[in-house]
Amino acid sequence: MSLLKDFSRGLVAENPVLRLMIGLCPTLAVSNTVINALGMSAATGFVLVCSNLVVALIRKIVPDEIRIPIFIIVISTFVTISDYVMQAYFQDLHHALGVFVPLIVVNCIILGRAEAFAYRNTVLSSTLDGVGMSLGFTLALGGIAVIRESLGAGAILGIKVLPQALAATIMILPPGAFITIGFLMAALNKLENKVL
Amino acid sequence: MELFGIFFSALLINNILLIRFIALCSFFGVSNKIDTSIGMSLAVIFVMTISSAVSWALFHFILAPLHLEFLRTATFILTIAALVQLEELYLKKMIPALYRAMGIYLPLITTNCAILAVAFLAIDYRFNFQQAMVYSIGVSLGYSLAIVLFAFIRERMALAPIPKWFEGYPIAFITAALMSLAFLGFTGMFGL
Repeated sequence: MSLLKDFSRGLVAENPVLRLMIGLCPTLAVSNTVINALGMSAATGFVLVCSNLVVALIRKIVPDEIRIPIFIIVISTFVTISDYVMQAYFQDLHHALGVFVPLIVVNCIILGRAEAFAYRNTVLSSTLDGVGMSLGFTLALGGIAVIRESLGAGAILGIKVLPQALAATIMILPPGAFITIGFLMAALNKLENKVL
Repeated sequence: MELFGIFFSALLINNILLIRFIALCSFFGVSNKIDTSIGMSLAVIFVMTISSAVSWALFHFILAPLHLEFLRTATFILTIAALVQLEELYLKKMIPALYRAMGIYLPLITTNCAILAVAFLAIDYRFNFQQAMVYSIGVSLGYSLAIVLFAFIRERMALAPIPKWFEGYPIAFITAALMSLAFLGFTGMFGL
C-alpha cells in the first residue's frame, strides 16, 4: 500500500511542475512540440529513476558531509549517458533540445528527490518514487505541449486539429509558453477553490 | 563588429530569461522585491564572468587535449560549485560591502542553471576566449535587465486589483509573457 503511495505521489498531489514549481526551465523551453516534450521527459525520467536507484543503493556508505557532491557526480554520469545515446540514435531530437540535455544535471527535481527521498528510503520505494515523479513531469510537460502545439501550429504529431487560419504562431514562440502555464495555474487555483 | 553582435545577441535578442528560458526558478523566485533582484543580478554578473572564464580554460587546455570531453558535465558543475565557495570567502574578506549586497544569493547561485548553460554554450558555439568573455558579460547583463524590470512590475502589481485565481504565480507568468513578447521585437535587429 505504501509502495503504491510512493508511486502515485508524483502524479498529481506533488506534481513537480504544477504543484512544487520546480523544473520550470525545461518545461517552458521544450514544450513547443509534443515530440520535443516526450523526448525531454524520457531523458529526464531515465536520469531520475537511475539516480534515485543508485543513491538508494549507496546511501549507507555515503558520508553525510559530502553527500551533495556525490549525488551530483551520480546524476551527471547518467546525464552524460543520455546525452551521448541521444546524440548517437536521435540526432534531430538532440539538435532540437540543444543545451537543455546537459542542463538536466541542474534540474532541481532530480537532486531534490535524491536528497529528500532516495537518501532516506529503500531501493524499491525510491525507484517507484522516481517512476512516479517522471510520469508527473511527463504529464505536465506533455499537457503543456499539446495545448501549445495544437493552438500554435494547428496540428499534433502531424494530425490536424485546427483550421490553419485559426492557428496562432505566438503559442509556439517563447511568450506562448508563459501564457499557457499562467492560465493553467489560474485554472488549477479556480478548481481548487471550488472543491474547498 | 563581430563582438558587438555577440554582445547584443546575448543581451537582448536571445535574452537568457525571456527568450531562451534558462534560470527561470530564480526569475520567479527572487523577483518579489527590487532589492533582492539587484542582489541576485550582482551575484550573477560576478560569478558568471569568472566561472565561464575558468570552465573555458579547463575545457580547452585540459579536457580537449586529453580527449576527456565526455567528462565536461561533471567537471563544469563541480568547478562552479567550488568556485562559488572560493568567491564567497574572497568577497567576505576583501570587499565586505559587495558581499553584503549579494547576501544569501551567492551560495544559491550554484543551482542557477544560467551559469552552467553559459559555460556549455560558449563551448558549443566554438567561441575563442575573447568572444566567450563578451558573450558571458552580455548574458549576465541581459539577465539583470530582465529580472530588475520584472521586479519593478511585480512591486507595482502588488497594489493592483487582480482576479483572485490569478494572484501570485499565474499573473507573474502572464506578465512574463508580455515582457517576452516585447523582447521578441528585437529579433532581426543588427542583422542577427
